[in-house]
Amino acid sequence: MGERDLRMLLEEVRRGRLSRRRFVQMIVGLGLTAPMAAQMLVSAGLAQAQTKWTLNPTKRGGGGIVKTLWWQAPTLLNPHFANGTKDQDASRVFYEPLGAYDPDGNIVPVLAADVPSLQNGQVAKDGLSVTWRLKKNVVWHDGKPFTADDVVFNWEYVMDPATSAVTVGQYRDISRIDKLDSHTVKLVFKSPMPFWSAAFCGPTGMIIPKHLFQAYKGDKSREAPTNLKPVGTGPYRCVDFKPGDIVRGELHSSYHVANRPFFDQIEMKGGGDAPSAARAVLQTGEFDYAWNMQVEDEILRRWEQGGKGRADIVSGGNIEHIQLNTTDPWTEVDGERSSTKTKHPVLSDPAVRQALNVLVDRGSVQEEIYGRTGVATANFINAPSRFVSKNTKWEFNVDKANQLLDAAGWKRGADGLRAKDGKKLKFVYQTSINAPRQKTQQIVKQACAKAGIDLELKSITANVFFSSDPANPDTFPRFSTDLQMFTTTMIQPDPQRFMDQFVSWEVASKDNKWAGRNPTRWRNEEYDRAWKAAETEMDPVKRAALFVKMNDLVIQNVVVIPVVFRPRVAAISNRMRDVVQSGWDGDFWALAYWSKQA
Amino acid sequence: MSKYLLRRTLISIPVLAGISAVLFTILALAPGDPFEELATNPNVPAEVRMNLRAKFGLDDPLPLRYARWVVAMARGDWGFSFVSRVDVDTLILQRLPATLAVLGSASLLAILIAIPIGTYSALRPYSIFDQVATTLAFIGFSLPTFFTGLLFILLFSIYLDWLPFIYRADISATGWRWYWEHVRQAMMPVAVLGLFQAASMTRFMRAAVLDVIRLDYVNTARAKGLSEGTTLVKHVVRNALIPVVTLVALQIPNIFGGAIVTEQIFRVPGIGSLLIASILANDTPVVMAVTFIFSCLVVVSNLAADLLYGWLDPRISYQ
Repeated sequence: MGERDLRMLLEEVRRGRLSRRRFVQMIVGLGLTAPMAAQMLVSAGLAQAQTKWTLNPTKRGGGGIVKTLWWQAPTLLNPHFANGTKDQDASRVFYEPLGAYDPDGNIVPVLAADVPSLQNGQVAKDGLSVTWRLKKNVVWHDGKPFTADDVVFNWEYVMDPATSAVTVGQYRDISRIDKLDSHTVKLVFKSPMPFWSAAFCGPTGMIIPKHLFQAYKGDKSREAPTNLKPVGTGPYRCVDFKPGDIVRGELHSSYHVANRPFFDQIEMKGGGDAPSAARAVLQTGEFDYAWNMQVEDEILRRWEQGGKGRADIVSGGNIEHIQLNTTDPWTEVDGERSSTKTKHPVLSDPAVRQALNVLVDRGSVQEEIYGRTGVATANFINAPSRFVSKNTKWEFNVDKANQLLDAAGWKRGADGLRAKDGKKLKFVYQTSINAPRQKTQQIVKQACAKAGIDLELKSITANVFFSSDPANPDTFPRFSTDLQMFTTTMIQPDPQRFMDQFVSWEVASKDNKWAGRNPTRWRNEEYDRAWKAAETEMDPVKRAALFVKMNDLVIQNVVVIPVVFRPRVAAISNRMRDVVQSGWDGDFWALAYWSKQA
Repeated sequence: MSKYLLRRTLISIPVLAGISAVLFTILALAPGDPFEELATNPNVPAEVRMNLRAKFGLDDPLPLRYARWVVAMARGDWGFSFVSRVDVDTLILQRLPATLAVLGSASLLAILIAIPIGTYSALRPYSIFDQVATTLAFIGFSLPTFFTGLLFILLFSIYLDWLPFIYRADISATGWRWYWEHVRQAMMPVAVLGLFQAASMTRFMRAAVLDVIRLDYVNTARAKGLSEGTTLVKHVVRNALIPVVTLVALQIPNIFGGAIVTEQIFRVPGIGSLLIASILANDTPVVMAVTFIFSCLVVVSNLAADLLYGWLDPRISYQ
């Protein structure tokens, strides 16, 4: 699907033949993100639909306490140091960004007065700047007003290398921020910035107060007392925080949205494990909300029957996939396995890659292992058949694999294994230790055996596999085997960063201590060019077409074999109302609007 | 006596130094990385991670890191957590009350059950009561706490829906409700730990009383015309307690060990759950501090057991 097809789709939305939501779903199916879809709709002049709230309260508070459960406990409350989503979510109770992403990827203004766009002139046509107008009646929990100075300060704070802020990736494309007046800021970018909402929006966009942090910038950032006792603009103010255990908040009486929030108190308890957290919401009703239900779907279904709560499933961008090594993991060059100076002796044959692609039975993986929590995605493209290009269709077909291998000259030997020129079709297939993954490995191994391919299964403790320790050969960036499988995450609302895992300059190697983002070591000039073009392309439709092309290149060359799409799952009490999850933002993106039936 | 105490304390210094060196080496050699989450997040540039590693001294050679830790520790500086960036002593002090409350009540429960039952069993050995008590005691210490914990949750929280299974350190209620909520949520973890301890303690108590009750001074006491109650409390139980107390003192570190698992199951925000979370997050300074405290506990309770001998049995003296 190219630019022309995308424009046709937009036209259908304009004529009312295709619903907005369906359009968004199709774009997501293409491996893109809902925020990109929203951008396209806005640029085509199609107004966005807003999330509707069932409760329209006439006064603030009165809702009692809302109890939420995170099986990973939050450990710190400074959004710029967040060690994973648990910390981002906990910070979101108290801090807010300029804009949040709703389930369809639209930007919803939070601390901003309105959303910048090309139409209202706040996004410059050349993509070099964006102007944010800030809401005027916003006060911090300590009563001080929120102004443009705070926005400018956050950028300075993050950009100071001594601060070591983990959010710096979203802010370093900004060359300067001009304060136009007390409530208007203009972000000036180093180069045209199609994804101008990277900074100050969503989970990495939360804003901390200048007056409490300015003395603790850089080296002293760890010492700020406000790291543990946040003072934000959010619907709740901090009452108590015990790292690794509990976060408690109470209603912020001068919150900037009228008659919100509904609850007087909020509690976010951390620790334990996912199944018992699910029980606490679905079975005993002790808690109202539980995050990230990594529990087998079968069990969730059984507990849901109690009628106390439900598993809420929302699509995001997590893809469980198998990577195929482009380099030779079994030959050491200059003390490095999988060196880019080598070529994989067997996987360099496209026929073998194609055969492996049809030997992964995604249907069974979904049906027997993941259920609702892992949707088979033969490749990134799941849109209706008429939009799916023929050469990227997915299937499970052992006969076809056999034909492909026969045609390429891989002959079966006496042991049933195929071989050619003395090289056998024998691979080592690694993943982290995790029950569903081991089951998936088995399914793939059985299918491969039928096609004369032998897979040796290897499972590595998650602690090792996902570590960045350059000295350990078993980590996923080192990739010292033929195949490996894990979930890669595209929670960020723009695929640019996500897709850099296939560009040639990100190849993980000894030189960059395996910190490179491209473990498959695949290098392709066409892909590199498309990626660079997308980085500065301001027309959202053209840009989407570039990403589709990148996806196609990866799939056609079988650089990776996608297995299942893993949506986000939360457990929500049936008494809760207006708890809407967004796959593009944190669980608390609309916390101020949550309410509960008496 | 004080000379003995001084000698024992001095001996324990090299012991603790050795333990800490071994712990530190094992932790440093173990795979894993506190910034693992950042490594898999495409939005976080690799430089940030490298920078943090350098800043927290993770790239330095092992002996240097250990030396730095020892020097800081000697000055009373426990370091700070890589994960929450909070000082380690603050973190531990936050967790201590919950652990002490749960462990203290559990030990109290164990003593209240074990001493009367053990004594009564010994007074009437091989009676029905003794048989039942023995059977229950064997079941009690053969079942690990993580199993009984889950069983309790299933029974009392899920089927009967009587007790909450998630422990909350700060409960917002006030007055009698505050106490009631605390008691309710502490019931299961305390019972799990208390019954486990009580099981073995009952057996010790029974054996000790059986030993003592046949001795001549018990007969003498009876012959003097002391009432059965006085004989039992002042002569039998007091002497029987000597080995039991020692065993209890030596068991304290084990109890802390058992509490780690129980705290995790019931989400009790104590030292044990802090240790587990820190191990999972590869948060070396916290793991180091907590394990070091546990090893101090072993050394100290051994010393305490030896000193208690002398106090309970004046015939034992320390030269």
